[in-house]
Amino acid sequence: MNTTTVSRRDFLVVAAAAGGGLLLGCRIGPRRHGSDGQAAADATTADTAATARPSAAFAPNAFVRVGTDGRVTLIIPQVEMGQGMYTAMPMLIAEELEVPLEHITVAHAPPDDRLYGNPMVGFQMTGASSSVRMFYAPLRTAGAAARTMLVAAAAATWGVDPSTCRAKRAVVTHGPSSRTLTYGTVAAKAAELPAPTQLTLKDPQDFTLIGTRAKRLDTPSKVNGTAQFSIDVRVPGMKIATVAASPVVGGKVAGLNEAKAMAIAGVRQVVLLDDAVAVVADHMWAAKQGLAALGVTWDDGPNAGVGTADVVTGLAAASETAGAIARKDGDGAAGLARAAKRIDAVYEVPFLAHAAMEPLSCTVHVRPDSCEIWTSSQVLARAQATAAEVTGLPPEKVTVHNHLIGGAFGRRLEVDYVTQAVRLAKQVDGPVKIVWTREEDIQHDVYRPYYYDRIGAGLDRRGRPVAWTHRIVGPSILARWAPPAFQKGVDGDGVDSAVQLLYDIPAMQIEFVRHEEPVLNTGFWRGVGNTHNNFVIESFIDELAAAAKTDPVEYRRGLLGKARRARAVLDLAAKEAGWGTSLPAGHGRGVSLLYSSWGTYMAQVAEVEVSSAGDIRVARIVCASDCGEMVNPDIVTAQIQGGIIFGIGGALWEQVTLKNGRVEQSNFPDFRVVRMNESPAIEVHLVENHEAPGGMGETATACVGGALANAVYAATGKRVRKLPLHAGLAPST
Amino acid sequence: MVTVNINEKAYDVDAPPDMPTLWVLRDVIGLTGTKFGCGVAACGACTIHLDGRPIRSCVTPVSAVAGKSITTIEAIGQTPAGQKIQEAWIALDVPQCGYCQSGQIMSASALLAGKPSPTDADIDGAMSGNICRCGTYGRIRAAIKQASGQAPAAATKAAWR
Repeated sequence: MNTTTVSRRDFLVVAAAAGGGLLLGCRIGPRRHGSDGQAAADATTADTAATARPSAAFAPNAFVRVGTDGRVTLIIPQVEMGQGMYTAMPMLIAEELEVPLEHITVAHAPPDDRLYGNPMVGFQMTGASSSVRMFYAPLRTAGAAARTMLVAAAAATWGVDPSTCRAKRAVVTHGPSSRTLTYGTVAAKAAELPAPTQLTLKDPQDFTLIGTRAKRLDTPSKVNGTAQFSIDVRVPGMKIATVAASPVVGGKVAGLNEAKAMAIAGVRQVVLLDDAVAVVADHMWAAKQGLAALGVTWDDGPNAGVGTADVVTGLAAASETAGAIARKDGDGAAGLARAAKRIDAVYEVPFLAHAAMEPLSCTVHVRPDSCEIWTSSQVLARAQATAAEVTGLPPEKVTVHNHLIGGAFGRRLEVDYVTQAVRLAKQVDGPVKIVWTREEDIQHDVYRPYYYDRIGAGLDRRGRPVAWTHRIVGPSILARWAPPAFQKGVDGDGVDSAVQLLYDIPAMQIEFVRHEEPVLNTGFWRGVGNTHNNFVIESFIDELAAAAKTDPVEYRRGLLGKARRARAVLDLAAKEAGWGTSLPAGHGRGVSLLYSSWGTYMAQVAEVEVSSAGDIRVARIVCASDCGEMVNPDIVTAQIQGGIIFGIGGALWEQVTLKNGRVEQSNFPDFRVVRMNESPAIEVHLVENHEAPGGMGETATACVGGALANAVYAATGKRVRKLPLHAGLAPST
Repeated sequence: MVTVNINEKAYDVDAPPDMPTLWVLRDVIGLTGTKFGCGVAACGACTIHLDGRPIRSCVTPVSAVAGKSITTIEAIGQTPAGQKIQEAWIALDVPQCGYCQSGQIMSASALLAGKPSPTDADIDGAMSGNICRCGTYGRIRAAIKQASGQAPAAATKAAWR
């Protein structure tokens, strides 16, 4: 057996990287158990952590609890929002801990940046397709550390050398004597042992769990109505409220008719903030009716007259200015000047709403000396921090109960809804659940920004690019959301995939122009930087291929001399899609290739049919993916399948527009998303290897837009440089 | 006071007659498996069965269900079609976030109960009112085919297994 030995020094590094200093034997004491158990109550199995964890005898690190009854609870640092982390992360721990997946209980981690911080950002954060990438080593290490101590405890019980014992299925066996002890039996003894200074992690060849298509642990509760989302919370004495915030960013409440609302049966209270109004009632129906009855009028403030065109005007003007340099190879400008042929284009992508299926909600009980919150968040400690700030309480007096998330896609990386809920709840006696309507959700989102890109290339006589310039204009989300990450004028997320461009081009200049248009709040949206950049890059490389009169796959291939893994997925997707075979009239195939900071290589081939009226039907998507080591290939596949659907909506139809400062869309009838009858055949081909794991939550969403735009071009001869594609094909344009 | 029969149990509910059944279920009775998604019958998350037919509970006033038989996600597994659908959902690991899946399963169960061998067109017809933002449509289609005993959801399943 070929094993990797982790030295104490490495272990320290790994543990520190996990934000898990506790890995080194600083055990969580009984008192801590109690509060953790509360905060980490119930996750995906019927049995709650609250019952399992206070009895846990052995708590060697922040992620593992073993009770004397043998019950194993795994505390999962990342939240479950559909992406499968409550299965993939337990697999990482269980593989090394040697426990069967079906025997474990999953618990939500409580808010704690120190214990559960994501090494990518240094605080608790589920997003950026980072979970497996960032926790692959720390969670395996946590499992291995716990197993090592359990084995040592059994060995000590028998008075034998631990190296003569092995663990399997939560049982330690002494090889020579065949004696066995269960984890539960030795849990208390293990808790007395010092943390190990040396750990042996499994050789990937010996994995029995990682790499398998293990069943998701959360599926059973999600088919019978028992899964608990934040919106499902019911606490004794709870009232239900719904809220209307100013329809224009920066606006204030001007007037309302409280008596009319209070006259509605079931309405208990009208709560007024300067920029929002809520009606508290016995149930959502009364709250909704009450809110409508208020007839709120607004002072719209400085953004009263703003429309989408104003935003575009501002971005276009900013695009005429030089940006901060994000990547510079050779002399792009000189290369352009020398080229035999020069091609320039402007690309635009619209504001987008997330429209996750679970509307935002937050239940809050503010007491004089404490605050209790039931919600769900991708940044749990930030939810706690904002509640502390609003109430003036110290963070430790704010308890946050997290829940399964009914879709987030980046929306719950913001805590605006928690801040607002606590502000409202401060005025309410007893617990209150604030639920946003779908209209409130669509009109008060933190939107994917409108981006405006100038891109240019110089071609030599054979049509090969000799120079490439790409100027990205948009707001910096990171400058607001994680200021230290915004360095030297470049938003690393905003330029993601643009700066990792794999094509062999001798001169290249990528710039970022930060331009804020504070008429809408903007933030992360499933692969925000990549989703926008990849559409631009892969559309434009297709333009170059067309100018060179070269097949789009061949053209790309010719520019991927050094990028072996990229070439492999491109070839695989093309082969499986039957690239080059004939299609009926009105159909077209398009290809796109993605590589970015996520570390995953992906190619997609889209086949579309465009009607004479400009309606686009997506017939088929073939995807080839190389994300390195896969913890669970079925979850990887699901992320690709779902990510493609999400990206199709974003590329074809979805957009948020502004008129008089107000978002014009309000609900699914006017914010068109993909439905079953529009869902294409999706074929997924996974490359298997043991490269470092790459991100998978957003990759397929980011990759599909360019493939679709190129397929539309192939079908119609029309190059649409502004999303959504459907609008670009509309007869009126 | 309105009497509603939910999952074969009678509830006397103190609710105004125009109150959508969704809120009666969720906020008055406490059956939270049925989900709020849009409030305007545009997403299907709130789908329940009324005398076996799928309806959008967010726009169905409680007065319209009085005296009739409601089935929700909490009890759909006790019907033959519902049980098959749930089993297929688990077998194919259909859900991602899971929020829309109550409604998806209610729509699919009604489809299967009425059409033991639904075609792709039948599935489009019955399921296109149910939005899934995670994009589980391919697996939903495959699971319905599997639940109906149709040839191994061939095209769809082979594409990813």
